[in-house]
Amino acid sequence: MKVLMFGWEFPPHISGGLGTACYGLTKGLSKIDDLDIIFVVPKAYGDEDESKMKLVGANNTHIKQIQEHIRKFKSKHTYLEVESELIPYNDPDEYYTFRNSKLFGKNKLFKVNSEGKLEFTGKYGANLIEEIYKYAYVASTISMDNEHDIIHAHDWLCYPAGIAAKEVSGKPLVVHVHATDFDRSGGSVNPKVFEIEKMGMDAADKIIAVSNLTRNIIIEKYGQDPSKVETVYNAVEPVSFEQKQANKKGVKEKVVTFLGRITMQKGPEYFVEAANAVLKRTNNVRFVMAGSGDMLEKMVARAAQLGISDRFHFTGFLKGDDVFKMFEISDVYVMPSVSEPFGISPLEAMQSNVPVIISKQSGVSEILTHAIKVDYWDIDALADAIYGIIKYDSLSRVFKEKGKEEVDNLKWTNAARHVHQVYSAVIN
Amino acid sequence: MKSICLYFQIHQPLRLRRYRFFDIGNDHYYYDDFTNESIISKMAKECYLPANKILLDLIKSNKQSFKVSFSITGVTLDQFESYAPEVIESFKQLAETGCVEFLAETYSHSLAALKDQDEFKVQVKSHSQRIQELFGQKPKVFRNTELIYSDDIGAAVASLGYKGMITEGAKHILGWKSPNYLYCNAVNPKLKLLMRNYTLSDDIAFRFSVQSWNEWPLTTEKFVNWLDHLDEKEEIVNVFMDYETFGEHQKKESGIFEFLINLPAAILKSGSYKFITPSDAIKEYQPIAVAHVPHAISWADEERDLSAWLGNSLQNEAFTKLYELKKDVESLNHERINKDWNYLQCSDHFYFMCTKFFSDGDMHSYFNPYNSPYDAFINYMNVLSDFKIRLDELRENGKPALSIENELLKKDRLIKKYETEIKKLKKKILSD
Repeated sequence: MKVLMFGWEFPPHISGGLGTACYGLTKGLSKIDDLDIIFVVPKAYGDEDESKMKLVGANNTHIKQIQEHIRKFKSKHTYLEVESELIPYNDPDEYYTFRNSKLFGKNKLFKVNSEGKLEFTGKYGANLIEEIYKYAYVASTISMDNEHDIIHAHDWLCYPAGIAAKEVSGKPLVVHVHATDFDRSGGSVNPKVFEIEKMGMDAADKIIAVSNLTRNIIIEKYGQDPSKVETVYNAVEPVSFEQKQANKKGVKEKVVTFLGRITMQKGPEYFVEAANAVLKRTNNVRFVMAGSGDMLEKMVARAAQLGISDRFHFTGFLKGDDVFKMFEISDVYVMPSVSEPFGISPLEAMQSNVPVIISKQSGVSEILTHAIKVDYWDIDALADAIYGIIKYDSLSRVFKEKGKEEVDNLKWTNAARHVHQVYSAVIN
Repeated sequence: MKSICLYFQIHQPLRLRRYRFFDIGNDHYYYDDFTNESIISKMAKECYLPANKILLDLIKSNKQSFKVSFSITGVTLDQFESYAPEVIESFKQLAETGCVEFLAETYSHSLAALKDQDEFKVQVKSHSQRIQELFGQKPKVFRNTELIYSDDIGAAVASLGYKGMITEGAKHILGWKSPNYLYCNAVNPKLKLLMRNYTLSDDIAFRFSVQSWNEWPLTTEKFVNWLDHLDEKEEIVNVFMDYETFGEHQKKESGIFEFLINLPAAILKSGSYKFITPSDAIKEYQPIAVAHVPHAISWADEERDLSAWLGNSLQNEAFTKLYELKKDVESLNHERINKDWNYLQCSDHFYFMCTKFFSDGDMHSYFNPYNSPYDAFINYMNVLSDFKIRLDELRENGKPALSIENELLKKDRLIKKYETEIKKLKKKILSD
């Protein structure tokens, strides 16, 4: 079985959870016999790990018959010609430049370089819509050049590419929903993104959702047939021991951590308020908000206003090793997301022996038993849970042991086997 | 005959390094040596040394009729000592002419006057002591951080024995009254006040090279002409500014140094003006009225108030949390701790947290190492957290008997002691 898979990013060049999930899944799939993957990304840098699959960069694909393709593509995919300011992933580092630039929708025709290749940034930048558009266009060429039995597209950025590939080869299409715009926007959906998402789901032969929470959104908000939507939970890559160097914890107090983009979707304000409540009862604790995003400044100001800044710290955006370093010195990990399709980071925390508190509005809460689950808006419950874990050692010990055990059993190979079943069902 | 009082302020913040959460409890060094050193050396080369040389020549060529005054913060003196000792030497030369007065202020350019009288007094004393050691004169007139002044601060300064103080001639305080007279404190009338003439001062300090200004270019003739147009009865014109005006705020290419070189001669030519220092002024003139300043004023920004340092919740939080530690610092009386405590009080840390971006962003971005006020706040609070941990540890374990830190300090003191001895002996040999 040959799978033509469209993604947006691939390790080590990732900026969000999507890249991590795609990598884990493809690694899992590679262990299945008789299954080959061609993984396509807009931009291949050349230093990616290709041992498990063939990686194709859309930026390295030679384009034939440029004019004709564009005409054909434009007539069939007019919905892609959008000129609106889209902020798809709120990538923290890109966010500001992105919002401020006025580069949207200037170029209607693509430029190819001297080798007849299109250029891609592979980022969530200002020309995102143009990139999606270009990507879809190249996808049809890739689909023609690479033999395959099934097409698999990850998230809305890649749906147009999946649709284009399907049109050329006529093979079945599976779309994988890692998040919907309802999660990202907190309800005020961008109609253009919604349109592309719905278009992808409508064109798909099967839809994979990362949790039942997401599956329900797909059925209710996007009007999909329940029988067409299958839930496959994510997993987590085991951490090798070399990655975990012993770090000296500089503070004596318990450390409670929030780690993620500081955006509305992740519910940072509930964390600040809960911290304030906990600090009223005990002094033996420090709170850390790691990450950056458009709500960071608001959170800094709020912590100052509450007068807890000597116990509430900010680290800014953490990369690579620093994430593990952060887990190493954490005693509790909190994810109060308002709407989280899945949420891999609590699993990473549990791997590092950190007890986790997650919101009920997260996909990962459907599969975890050894975690405290609260409603994201319930600040009292959140404060109570934090206080319990930092105050009662036995509680935290049990969470550490059982949690580690639980998370070690969540393997990408299981998720991959499930995806393989979906493929087989679609093909037959 | 009118008097012209020239006063220059010298201060360079001691910038903190990027202090991350991971450093808390692990690393107790807070300062960005590289940036501090490079800024001090640059400023020494472009401003302090050339300007000092000009002033020295002017004093010599005008034979004691040209006088200026300075205040240099302790934090800046410390940095000169480490990175540019030649600057201190050149100030010593100026001091030796007898035409240069050094004013008193807080050691670390702090806002202690607003928070804690005892701390304020300690800092003022240690600064005056330092000035006396270096320049051989005991300051008689006081200058508070950023010219911050209120009736209460004035009274506290008077109680420390100072006869005069300089402050901003803020419009909302003086109203129709002119800054060109001596005033006195409302609580203790013995304390005389010199009010900054902000129009004439800022014409040089801010507007000198602004080409869109309708008076550009500013020449010495024009400046003297403005002085001539002042009311006949007015007694003293206080021209106060940052010393960095020469060569930094106004670049060398703008002709600011030439302006400085020619100014004294132009002013003295007509014979109707003389230069005086603040101490001369309070001896020579009598106050014309009481200045009522119930709420603190400063020379910063359009508002001339405290909002540049204590204007938002970030600043207030950091300020409160800092002074909560005072008791512990005092009871420990540990040398390294005291040093950091001094440096952490610098008003600059709070200034960098200012969110009044839109009106006075220009001034706030001077020498500012941070991207945003939030960034400044986060970094400062991380440092403060570590400082608190050290305090707690020392308090619990008692003073560490033989830590490396203490050993180093002892050696440092020994080196200094020997250095002064060597100097004394050298002098003795030379005079013999």
